[in-house]
Amino acid sequence: MHGSDWMQIALYWAVLVALTPPLGAHLARVLRGERHVLSPVSGWLERLSYRAAGVDPAEQMDWKRYASALLWFNAFGAAAVFAIQVLQDRLPLNPQHLPGVAWDSALNTAVSFMTNTNWQGYSPETTMSYLTQMLGLVTQNFVSAATGIAVMAALARGLKGRQVRGLGNFWADLVRTTVHVLLPLAFVWALLLAGQGVVQNFRAYDSVKTLEGGVQLLAQGPAASQVAIKQLGSNGGGFFNANSAHPFENPTPLSDFLEDLAILLLPSACVWAFGLLIEDRRHAATLWAAMFALYGLGLGTMLWAEFSPNPVFHQAAMMEGKETRFGVANSVLWAENTTVTSNGSVNCMHDSLAPLTGMVAMLNMLVGEVIFGGVGCGVYGMVVFVILTVFMAGLMVGRTPEYLGKKIDGKDVTWVVVAILLPNAAVKLGAAAACVLPAGLAGLGNAGPHGFSEILYAFAEAAANNGSAFAGLNANTHFYNLALAAANLIGRFAVLVPVLAIAGNMASKRYAAPSAGTFATDNALFAALLVSVILIVSVLAFFPALCLGPIVEHFLMLAGRTF
Amino acid sequence: MKDLTAALRMTAWMTLLCGGLYTLAVTGASRWAFRDSAEGSLIERGGVVVGSALIAQKFTSQRYFWERPSAVDYNPQPSGGSNLGPTSAALKQAVDQRRVALEKADPGEGEPPQDLLFASASGLDPDISPAAALYQVDRVAQARGFGPARTARLRTLVEAAVEGPQWGLLGEPRVNVLKLNLALDAMDRP
Repeated sequence: MHGSDWMQIALYWAVLVALTPPLGAHLARVLRGERHVLSPVSGWLERLSYRAAGVDPAEQMDWKRYASALLWFNAFGAAAVFAIQVLQDRLPLNPQHLPGVAWDSALNTAVSFMTNTNWQGYSPETTMSYLTQMLGLVTQNFVSAATGIAVMAALARGLKGRQVRGLGNFWADLVRTTVHVLLPLAFVWALLLAGQGVVQNFRAYDSVKTLEGGVQLLAQGPAASQVAIKQLGSNGGGFFNANSAHPFENPTPLSDFLEDLAILLLPSACVWAFGLLIEDRRHAATLWAAMFALYGLGLGTMLWAEFSPNPVFHQAAMMEGKETRFGVANSVLWAENTTVTSNGSVNCMHDSLAPLTGMVAMLNMLVGEVIFGGVGCGVYGMVVFVILTVFMAGLMVGRTPEYLGKKIDGKDVTWVVVAILLPNAAVKLGAAAACVLPAGLAGLGNAGPHGFSEILYAFAEAAANNGSAFAGLNANTHFYNLALAAANLIGRFAVLVPVLAIAGNMASKRYAAPSAGTFATDNALFAALLVSVILIVSVLAFFPALCLGPIVEHFLMLAGRTF
Repeated sequence: MKDLTAALRMTAWMTLLCGGLYTLAVTGASRWAFRDSAEGSLIERGGVVVGSALIAQKFTSQRYFWERPSAVDYNPQPSGGSNLGPTSAALKQAVDQRRVALEKADPGEGEPPQDLLFASASGLDPDISPAAALYQVDRVAQARGFGPARTARLRTLVEAAVEGPQWGLLGEPRVNVLKLNLALDAMDRP
């Protein structure tokens, strides 16, 4: 690695850390319904949204009602995306006359975008009309991100509330997050990206005669608006098949920096906002530090693995599946960022990364997207692990475990176990089924252990709602479209619903002032314990599978073997 | 029931707001502020569009600088990489073939720069490394019948075509192949 590589990574983190507090504070004010800097600009839009949907933002919802409003809204969202896709040949803004999308692919895409996964089983430029991309996919890019942040806010209110039932109002959280945070940020980002060369138009594809006399068809479309929110909202579904490796989606090193920054911007700010909402900034800082520790471990391993020589090709830092303008360091930085968050966009092809680089990408997803994680869901996923850690620490010292002044009871722990085990099971059972079914093996793009890695990666990303891929796997088949959609649903709602249940249970409890025997959750010891619990639960659960894939591939690569 | 109706109306409203109005607002603003770049950074020669500065074209003639290998044969329908892994025999074979072809086309230049051996992520990478451009200078000059003086001018042309890191820090130094080939044609015009 060169000095310039380190400087770019340092600049990235400097800008991210500088933006986290102000954005987090803004987000917290918005979620509390207070006046904020954008109130004069977008306040009317918030009120108009309530009128349009006919909702009362002041009405308190208990956890079950909050969950049911959320689930209905998500269900209608998925139905809308499905309908637009299958009917796109009869709808406007389809200059390439693309046919309606096949039902299984449309179902996978609808579920995947509604759950904030944004997996691309399809190739957008040859499958999706402009109307489908903007009305179907962009809409879910916004509201699935806002849904995650809403649940984080509800959890914070549950932890803060004292013997109450209400967790706030889902519609208010959804609308406020969308109009005061996501829309303004996405608008600014989209313009910056369009200035760098990301296309934004509604023209039919350009057919040009090349210098050598060939014909090239250049895909166009309203990309900048979609790329901005797919980066900011932990979404990741590209406007083009090559995602942010496509020069029309990510044309310059500066656009790369902006898009990469957008991946972690809100996930990091969410931790800050959470600290303000629970009025315990030290605890939030502890969570942030634990996330950063895991992040650093992952990035360090990835950089080392990618810059180490590959004896098969007698090359280090291989350029296969990478773009010249970004180089290797920016590709690895993005790969780390996009997998620790549930973003899933790519600026290089993960399938062609070194075995251990790909393994870290998988591990980042297998821990359940809690290393900053997706917008909102990174925080609430981390709180699941926090409660588990507090519970285990309580068992070790023989005291009733407490978290933020609330006693943790059997109900909480039961929900925690559900939230951790079900996505785990979805990965393992799904990958195991794919390994023995002909339909699962049919789509492999690589042989040997790397083929197994492709399958494991697919189910890891699906249950983590990530959406990135070892894209050699052809997953646009009945089997993968349906199996991965099921994993999306489990990965999203088997965490989200338990978290709301925990929030409801916590809200009903009385506050117990901390005593000398309370286990502190805001110091380095706790951060270390939390990191250990995450590693023990996730790494041990998947170590055997990782041995069969990337680890054995790494050693065979060192021995010069090919498949 | 109340939430069911609200969910339906909210879905419709958010589709209109985030899908429709937001996309149109971005389109309007970017057309006003960044017309060329939002339209695909198209390059014209003699009033005819010959490509986009951002999208690689297929060059096979000895008279032009070549792009990086493309897994989609420079056809953006759809874009993408090879997705071959680090122990792939198919990738090994492809790289060996490319090395042989390059060493035959550019004799005496030694081991080809690795960006010419490995395919890009998008299949449309418009850039090559400065080393990869310099590697091809002698071949292009010979194919066009350049003497030593014009070959030296070509080398200067390539060096001038190198874009450094953006703002002096971001990204890698690179040469845009389509722009370089257009400059080459302009220089070679009698």
